[in-house]
Amino acid sequence: MPKLTINGSDISVEKGTTVLQACELVGAEVPRFCYHERLSIAGNCRMCLVELEKSPKPIASCAMEVADGMVVHTDTPLVKNAREGVMEFLLINHPLDCPICDQGGECDLQDQSITYGAGLGRFTEKKRAVDDKDIGPLIKTIMTRCIHCTRCIRFATEVAGVEEFGATGRGEHMEIGTYVEAAVTSELSGNMIDLCPVGALTSKPYAFNARPWELRKCESIDVHDAVGANIRIDARGADVMRVLPRRNDDVNEEWITDKTRFSYDGLSMQRLDTPYVRRGGVLKKASWEEAFGVVASRIKNMPGDRIGAVIGDLVDAESMVALKDLFHSLASPHIDCRQDGSKVGKGVRAGYLFNTTIAGIEHADACLLVGTNPRMEAPLINSRLRKRYLMGGFPIGVVGASEDLTYDVEWLGDGPDALASIVDGAHPFFEVLQRATNPMLIVGPGALAREDGEAVLGTTAKIAELTGMVREDWVGFNVLHSAAGRVAGLELGLLPGPGGQDVNGILNCAAEGRINIVYLLGADEIPMERLGSAFVVYQGHHGDSGANRADVIFPGAAYTEKEGTYINTEGRVQRTRKVLFPPGLGREDWTIIRALSDTLGHKLPYNNVGQLRDRMCAIAPQLSVLGSVDPAKWGEVGFSGPMRREPFAETVKDYFLTNAICRASITMADCSALKGSREAMAAK
Amino acid sequence: MLSDRDRIFTNLYGQDHWGLVSARQRGVWDRTQTLLGNGRDWIVQQVKDSGLRGRGGAGFPTGLKMSFMPKESDGRPAYLVVNADESEPGTCKDRDILRHDPHRLLEGCVLAGIGMGACAAYIYIRGEFIREARILQEAVEEARNASLIGKNACGSGREFDIFVHRGAGAYICGEETGLLESLEGKKGMPRLKPPFPASVGLWGCPTTVSNVETISVIPEILRRGADWFSGLGRPNNTGTKLFCISGHVMEPCNVEEVMGIPLKELIERHAGGVRGGWSNLLAVIPGGSSVPMIPKTICNNVSMDFDALAEVNSGLGTAAVIVMDKTTDVVAAIARLSRFYMHESCGQCTPCREGTGWMWRVMERLVLGKAEIEEIDLLLEVGSRIEGHTICAHGDASAWPIQGLVRHFRPEIERRILDRLKTQTSSSGLSV
Repeated sequence: MPKLTINGSDISVEKGTTVLQACELVGAEVPRFCYHERLSIAGNCRMCLVELEKSPKPIASCAMEVADGMVVHTDTPLVKNAREGVMEFLLINHPLDCPICDQGGECDLQDQSITYGAGLGRFTEKKRAVDDKDIGPLIKTIMTRCIHCTRCIRFATEVAGVEEFGATGRGEHMEIGTYVEAAVTSELSGNMIDLCPVGALTSKPYAFNARPWELRKCESIDVHDAVGANIRIDARGADVMRVLPRRNDDVNEEWITDKTRFSYDGLSMQRLDTPYVRRGGVLKKASWEEAFGVVASRIKNMPGDRIGAVIGDLVDAESMVALKDLFHSLASPHIDCRQDGSKVGKGVRAGYLFNTTIAGIEHADACLLVGTNPRMEAPLINSRLRKRYLMGGFPIGVVGASEDLTYDVEWLGDGPDALASIVDGAHPFFEVLQRATNPMLIVGPGALAREDGEAVLGTTAKIAELTGMVREDWVGFNVLHSAAGRVAGLELGLLPGPGGQDVNGILNCAAEGRINIVYLLGADEIPMERLGSAFVVYQGHHGDSGANRADVIFPGAAYTEKEGTYINTEGRVQRTRKVLFPPGLGREDWTIIRALSDTLGHKLPYNNVGQLRDRMCAIAPQLSVLGSVDPAKWGEVGFSGPMRREPFAETVKDYFLTNAICRASITMADCSALKGSREAMAAK
Repeated sequence: MLSDRDRIFTNLYGQDHWGLVSARQRGVWDRTQTLLGNGRDWIVQQVKDSGLRGRGGAGFPTGLKMSFMPKESDGRPAYLVVNADESEPGTCKDRDILRHDPHRLLEGCVLAGIGMGACAAYIYIRGEFIREARILQEAVEEARNASLIGKNACGSGREFDIFVHRGAGAYICGEETGLLESLEGKKGMPRLKPPFPASVGLWGCPTTVSNVETISVIPEILRRGADWFSGLGRPNNTGTKLFCISGHVMEPCNVEEVMGIPLKELIERHAGGVRGGWSNLLAVIPGGSSVPMIPKTICNNVSMDFDALAEVNSGLGTAAVIVMDKTTDVVAAIARLSRFYMHESCGQCTPCREGTGWMWRVMERLVLGKAEIEEIDLLLEVGSRIEGHTICAHGDASAWPIQGLVRHFRPEIERRILDRLKTQTSSSGLSV
């Protein structure tokens, strides 16, 4: 380990550490603009210059690797002068329009100019101005403010995998942009806003809405996909003002998807803020008592096997436990948390989890994707796959639709046929997996949400066993879910009981009149027309397709309005925080079910959330530990049966409109329209 | 003065054809196979012993640079890259080698390339050199047809090929790592060092980047021996050098001369003297636009070599001597250079991107005297905050001409400011 001296204190650090990192270890702060831990080193802002003894010039500490015997100073007049110089140069062409800049209050340039700047400008020439660029509905550009740190370029190229950002021109005419002015096509583009150290790239929907110091900041969890990205929700009054990522190296590093970041305006639109009861074919506002009364009158005297429940994608574990217990007391076996018709959930836990873990992807050295488009279903997992791909030596095979995943893949076929030839060992990719030290496979909703889903699952599990993916120290078998509530539902057993129907069965029975009451807990993605003449109770937070079909509506709480437990696709237990109260008469979802149970005369045995969580952990003890993943034991997964021939389908029709919150969001609608028009253009 | 016997560039003026037949008659490609047969170590040692210093401007010892290349390959190929992106204002020496004596360069590529264990040479030629690139390409074809390069270069049993790559017209692509980026097809922006090109260069492989003239003199050093070369000039500044003399002289020219020739002799003997006589001389930029100028008092007895010019706070650079007589508006001349450096900054590092434009704007005002006296010091300080604070030497190069100007012609700048103040106050009817 190299030993060096920084500001008089000795330190030994790992080989390969940069001088900047070493300085931070001894507590010597080094200002920087272009350097970012998760991006490649550019070394162009020159703000991190430090003095190195025996070097004729100050060195860029972000780019210099430590060497034995280095003597570094960060507090000498030379360093001060260098920093002041760079700061002055950055500011001469910066508009200094902080009062109207959305970055104000959280701007690196502001902060560092106060700490390291000279305090006085000497530049009396005319300033440069740069035309703003339209790069889509999410990112607002004020390019005159740009300090050319190239973080956005490096993010787009390296992490997002879209080479759409770059610099044109040179010298003081250098401009950052998309070459030909166009919207960025990444699902992760919003992260460039966070990366931009100044106000050049800011959030378009958030423009001029708030100052950072006015906001109430709350740490929470994202529910738009099954990754469970860690987020911070900033709210003011009764509105969510913005959503930002929180660092969690095991899950989302420090990125979030555009859907997570920008769909928050959907939280204040199309909200169900009062109970409704359908009277004369029209939904009329009602009180809680009336709504409960109507439902109770229907359920009472109805045999349990004529009642069914479908659980939606965004539902928290607490309300699922409550609903499960309620349906148990009603003696109904018809309950299913897999509204997309996915066939996972039977058998061992390892059969429905992302066992490798997201961070574990970086240790894999071959990958097979089966019926999944991670770029649409879980962009953050996709960016991990890309990160691993960039390290090299990571062959990726795809069975399913061939899409641009931002990395090179070998397309092996579009359906079960290809899968069958792999499991037979006939396909050369079988050998690729077998030769790899840590092979992995990801099977996604496209392969599981079909009639033969269990057979497909069984086949992939067999591939995993045959290629050495299942070992003591490594499990390379992964199921990728796209719904945030799904894993919790499976862990808690919200699956059809003995003689019970799954989603498809419930819908069929409803159409045939064999099930008369269907309880939709936030379920909006099922074909409502197949519910026939059933009496439908919808509990949820948005007036979407479920509420449209419902006979009684119970207004619930969105993920920002409740403390809900969610389990991500890895099996990681995390909890959202209550940032706001549900609008109007809306209530936290488990309390609604608890209150309904009282009306029905089956009072659930918990009076507060603590008792409910005790019950939850009794059903699934792994839910008691927040933040970590409880490794699952391998066992029988799926079954081996005949697979059908039709290709695996794409499950995400429109990335920006996958759930009720997104569908209520104007920003997401803009993104979707833009994507649609771009695809139409490409088709031409 | 250099005797004809010791001249390396015998077709500098194009009196002979550039082609292979003529080149061979002039002694190019003579005994190349034998020289290669002496082995890598011998070649590098000869170049080291000759005391040859890089002719591209920085004057780094060439033999030492060659010895940085890995002795044993770790599986990666190694490359020689020849910097023919001659863009320094005032410099035109490489151009004459390229169009009149390209085979001398090609032979140098083979000898130096194999000497450093490279498998190929890439010649990055300035985009504006259209005819030169065509001639060079034809010369490469000639050499390939004559089996001087290719599978069995010069019968050495080694494979060595040469590729010509044309630039697109950016000064910064003449910086060694900027050149490598451009050669790889990227935007010409200098790379951070370390790692140095000798360990991670072109496409991540060990690479040495050398100037055209440096490579072109290597065959003659090997043929005539290191002692011959080191016997010319003075210690640490050995050999011959191409000087490009331009500006206010009677006969601007390129000339090969011995290192250390007195500046006055160089100008008077080869360029027909300063326009209006030596006494009409104002100042000289001795090494291409980026080195500080020296006034006549220093020009009187300075020698043209690396160390002598460094002693007078200037530099030999590319040995492009820009002569300015007393009719020159010396402030405007440097302002024009400032504009050049602003225009050619790649825009990567903050100080250079922002500072070069600032300096040019102040310089433009100084030309007219529309400034305050204090701004001269401001200008120097801005320059000092660019210099040494950037990835490549472009920042330094943009600051040096101004430093030279202020060092030697500060009274002239101040006079302009005071004159303007006087006319302003007299026109407004106030007395000073």
